[in-house]
Amino acid sequence: MSGSLRRAAAALLRWGRGAGGGGFWVPGVRAAGSGAGGGGSAEQLDALVKKDKVVVFLKGTPEQPQCGFSNAVVQILRLHGVRDYAAYNVLDDPELRQGIKDYSNWPTIPQVYLNGEFVGGCDILLQMHQNGDLVEELKKLGIHSALLDEKKDQDSK
Amino acid sequence: RLVSGLVYLAGRVCLSQGSAGSGAMGPVEAAIRTKLEQALSPEVLELRNESGGHAVPPGSETHFRVAVVSSRFEGLSPLQRHRLVHTALAEELAGPVHALAIQARTPAQWRENPELDTSPPCLGGSKKTRGTP
Repeated sequence: MSGSLRRAAAALLRWGRGAGGGGFWVPGVRAAGSGAGGGGSAEQLDALVKKDKVVVFLKGTPEQPQCGFSNAVVQILRLHGVRDYAAYNVLDDPELRQGIKDYSNWPTIPQVYLNGEFVGGCDILLQMHQNGDLVEELKKLGIHSALLDEKKDQDSK
Repeated sequence: RLVSGLVYLAGRVCLSQGSAGSGAMGPVEAAIRTKLEQALSPEVLELRNESGGHAVPPGSETHFRVAVVSSRFEGLSPLQRHRLVHTALAEELAGPVHALAIQARTPAQWRENPELDTSPPCLGGSKKTRGTP
């Protein structure tokens, strides 16, 4: 990933509260809440993470994240223009909250799954975002990152 | 660059004093340091108790950020590196530690960017609904 694209991406990603939910509804995002169907058997969770290309487990919802790290995941996806992803709110369902940790053998939330595979938490997603890996992984899923269009616009000026 | 260098040095001095704000290293922080040192023989270990920035009582040891620099990470994916850290801290993560932000770097990577990042601001946790983090 070129330096200019990385800088642009970093500049867009702000930790400030203004970057939080604030009623920003992105069409296509399904804040599935406790739609996991009463928590977390391994089989149920396996089906859940494979049902959509991009699946995230958050504290809160994309519109109203209740954790700074979960919000970071939401903002990164927003930057890349990923509009259609499944988001499950573990705060709605204690069984889901524990179940997903057991399923992935990962002790914290948020959790990100791409193409049914556990990718990591907020730190790893941020790293992938900064080094260009996320653009590549999204491309493999047939998702064209919005940041590619930005770079194109920048290059053509 | 001079300013950012000075800010970085100031930050490092604060970090080396242990828990931000309290001036004393709590038992959980001490355990984290010991276990990571034993498991990963890090060249650099920077640990920050970030609990003060979250919806938990003063003196809590629930939210941490750690930068671990170790040649044991060579050739490992970010996921594999994080899992090594989790394994070393399994007891803490099953217990009091509720959030752990990890920077797991090889020595060469750390030299390129030798800084403990900042965490995003807390957005309240489940305090809004249940009163626990």
